[in-house]
Amino acid sequence: MELTGAEIVARFLADEDVEYLFGYPGGAVLHIYDALYQQDKVKHILTRHEQAATHAADGYARSTGRPGVVLVTSGPGATNAVTGIATAYMDSIPMVVITGQVPSPMIGNDAFQEVDTVGITRPCSKHNFLVRDIAELAETLKKAFYIATTGRPGPVVVDIPKDITAMKCNYVYPKQISMRSYNPVSKGHTGQMKRAATMMLKAKRPILYTGGGVVLDNASKSLIALAKQLNIPVTNTSMGLGGYPATDRQCLGMLGMHGTYEANMAISHCDVMIAVGARFDDRVTGNIEKFAPKAKIIHIDIDPASISKNVSVDIPIVGGVNQVLTALLKLFKADEREQDGEAIGKWWEQIEKWRSKDCLKYKQTKTGAIKPQFVLDTLYKVTKGNAFVTSDVGQHQMWAAQFYKFDKPRRWINSGGLGTMGFGLPAAMGVQLAHPKAQVACIAGDGGVQMNIQELSTCLQYQLPIKLICLNNGYLGMVRQWQEFFYEGRYSQVHVEAQPDFVKLAESYGHVGIQVTNSADVESALIEAFKQKDRFVFLNFITDPEENVYPMVPAGAGLEEMLLL
Amino acid sequence: MRHIISILMENEAGALSRVAGLFSARGYNIESLTVAPTEDLSLSRMTLVTRGSDQIVEQILKQLNKLIDVVKVLDLGDTPHVEREMLLVKIEAKGADNRDELKRLADIFRARIIDVTDTTYTCELTGAGHKLDAFIQALGSATILETVRSGVSGISRGPKSLHL
Ligand SMILES: Cc1ncc(C[n+]2csc(CCOP(=O)(O)OP(=O)(O)O)c2C)c(N)n1
Ligand SMILES: [Mg+2]
Repeated sequence: MELTGAEIVARFLADEDVEYLFGYPGGAVLHIYDALYQQDKVKHILTRHEQAATHAADGYARSTGRPGVVLVTSGPGATNAVTGIATAYMDSIPMVVITGQVPSPMIGNDAFQEVDTVGITRPCSKHNFLVRDIAELAETLKKAFYIATTGRPGPVVVDIPKDITAMKCNYVYPKQISMRSYNPVSKGHTGQMKRAATMMLKAKRPILYTGGGVVLDNASKSLIALAKQLNIPVTNTSMGLGGYPATDRQCLGMLGMHGTYEANMAISHCDVMIAVGARFDDRVTGNIEKFAPKAKIIHIDIDPASISKNVSVDIPIVGGVNQVLTALLKLFKADEREQDGEAIGKWWEQIEKWRSKDCLKYKQTKTGAIKPQFVLDTLYKVTKGNAFVTSDVGQHQMWAAQFYKFDKPRRWINSGGLGTMGFGLPAAMGVQLAHPKAQVACIAGDGGVQMNIQELSTCLQYQLPIKLICLNNGYLGMVRQWQEFFYEGRYSQVHVEAQPDFVKLAESYGHVGIQVTNSADVESALIEAFKQKDRFVFLNFITDPEENVYPMVPAGAGLEEMLLL
Repeated sequence: MRHIISILMENEAGALSRVAGLFSARGYNIESLTVAPTEDLSLSRMTLVTRGSDQIVEQILKQLNKLIDVVKVLDLGDTPHVEREMLLVKIEAKGADNRDELKRLADIFRARIIDVTDTTYTCELTGAGHKLDAFIQALGSATILETVRSGVSGISRGPKSLHL
């Protein structure tokens, strides 16, 4: 069938079963938008900023496991999308971003709205393409989806010059693709797995350190089975929350800079660490010299380059997390050898001692000033732990990670690796579109919520009943906390002095706004908000301004050197 | 430690910049880099010389392998191999004595004089890097007007080969 390049893009996306396309039009993509107008299979979501389009696609991807798809114009459209691409790249989120480009003959001439999109996105995407020939368009798009969703997932950019979208070419949907230069490994090495099994069976103080890879590879079930089989405690990274049920006895919660006392102590004293789909990020390890000093380390990851990058490991296993965990479980089931039950029992006794410290405790105020932790505690109660929770970046993000107990994967959606303020609200849009009936809460701070506040308009257009929970401390709180602890309280540029009236702001966008200033009203406000099933509700919680996130491992310190409240 | 790495990759526009970009983004050093298409024009062959601890070089190899356009990567230093580099050098050659002297020196090093004027010789010399260094040193007091070095190309010895 003879189609124009623009029609090929639209047809291809439909053939690829793309449900939503998040985008923003402009000159270089006019033909594509015209082709989209003439079809109704792919639903286009018009955000109010290209960054928001990428975060929305990202939220869609994180909550469904399917690739998020974005369309933006050349030049500023592409550069606005870069933050979202980099955010997805750091967290290995499958995404395909189609960018318009100036017509091929004008490339390199500093044409109107020309930037070197391939050059700019090269270091922050898994791969990118500049389409030079209409005959390669469909295949290139297929490659983009294939690369984005296989191996260690990530965003892929396809830059399409405007003239290509006007040319005609025969179109057949490329069902399958193979690339001689790209063969993602998926199966772990049997010998390595046997060695790992022996090490795990002999362990006296084992721990599972699990990350985003468990969520990305849908490996929760096998992780739970394995942890249960050997009675091993589990700690999650922020990216891994929900990969192992938070309310299970064996879950020690998050580790790292703002991790729990029990998780960080257990990591510091374990003799065998099984790292699963995690990458030893500096926010997790603290001072690397002091990280898990007594441990032999087994590392399971799909990306060989993640192994022995920051911490050298004893038994590397390259492979899909789910496949490896399943295979390990099989080995254990067939294995006659016994664990050292006594040692494991003692290990758990020690862990319970650490846990009894109740490191996340906080005191309610006498004045009625709202503790941010209490809002999250209450949110958990009101939603019965069933909500999808997206977060922005800052103190509120850490409290959300600590206090909302995620029992299922893909429910906790946050920018872990890049720490992108402005992520939470647009990400929630993608989540709500993917799960129209589900309760979706976005936790934000008064600073970050203003970084993509224009999306309140998108939320009205598509009737997205998100509940935005703004923990308003009047500060760029996370930065303020560091200035309080490490700069003798010199609060440099962290006071958000002039704030809009968020309730009126929400109302002017056509939404419901609720202001909450007293602790006694927190629960009723949340219940009221979630009752409004079809409305977007902006809840502005005025919180205790100088509350800090504890525990905290100061930069440069080891995990054992936590500051506790 | 010095490492010499062979890379076989898709001969795509921008392939070279992916490799160069990787090295600059991750702060790896490049001592030399040569690249040209192979007999199969859809593939490029690159030889890259770098320095780093074993841990860094292991990361370099993994990161190179991770590039989507890269088909194969080999640390040539792990196996017996041959390295060659080409030097073109333009030298001032004035006066009969001096010209004779330079010609003798070129012969000793098996360099070829490939261009001649009244006042200059241009020599070509191929060999391992240290041989090229030695030649330049031996030129000593002669006035070097210009040098061009190709960077190292390498191939493994024996029947083993890096191909699809
Ligand atoms: C785009 C971007 N700019 C700057 C930062 C640095 N930063 C991290 S947290 C933070 C403060 C966030 O303040 P707020 O949104 O009010 O959240 P709070 O910490 O008060 O809960 C800042 C500025 C960032 N992460 N992202
Ligand atoms: Mg704040």
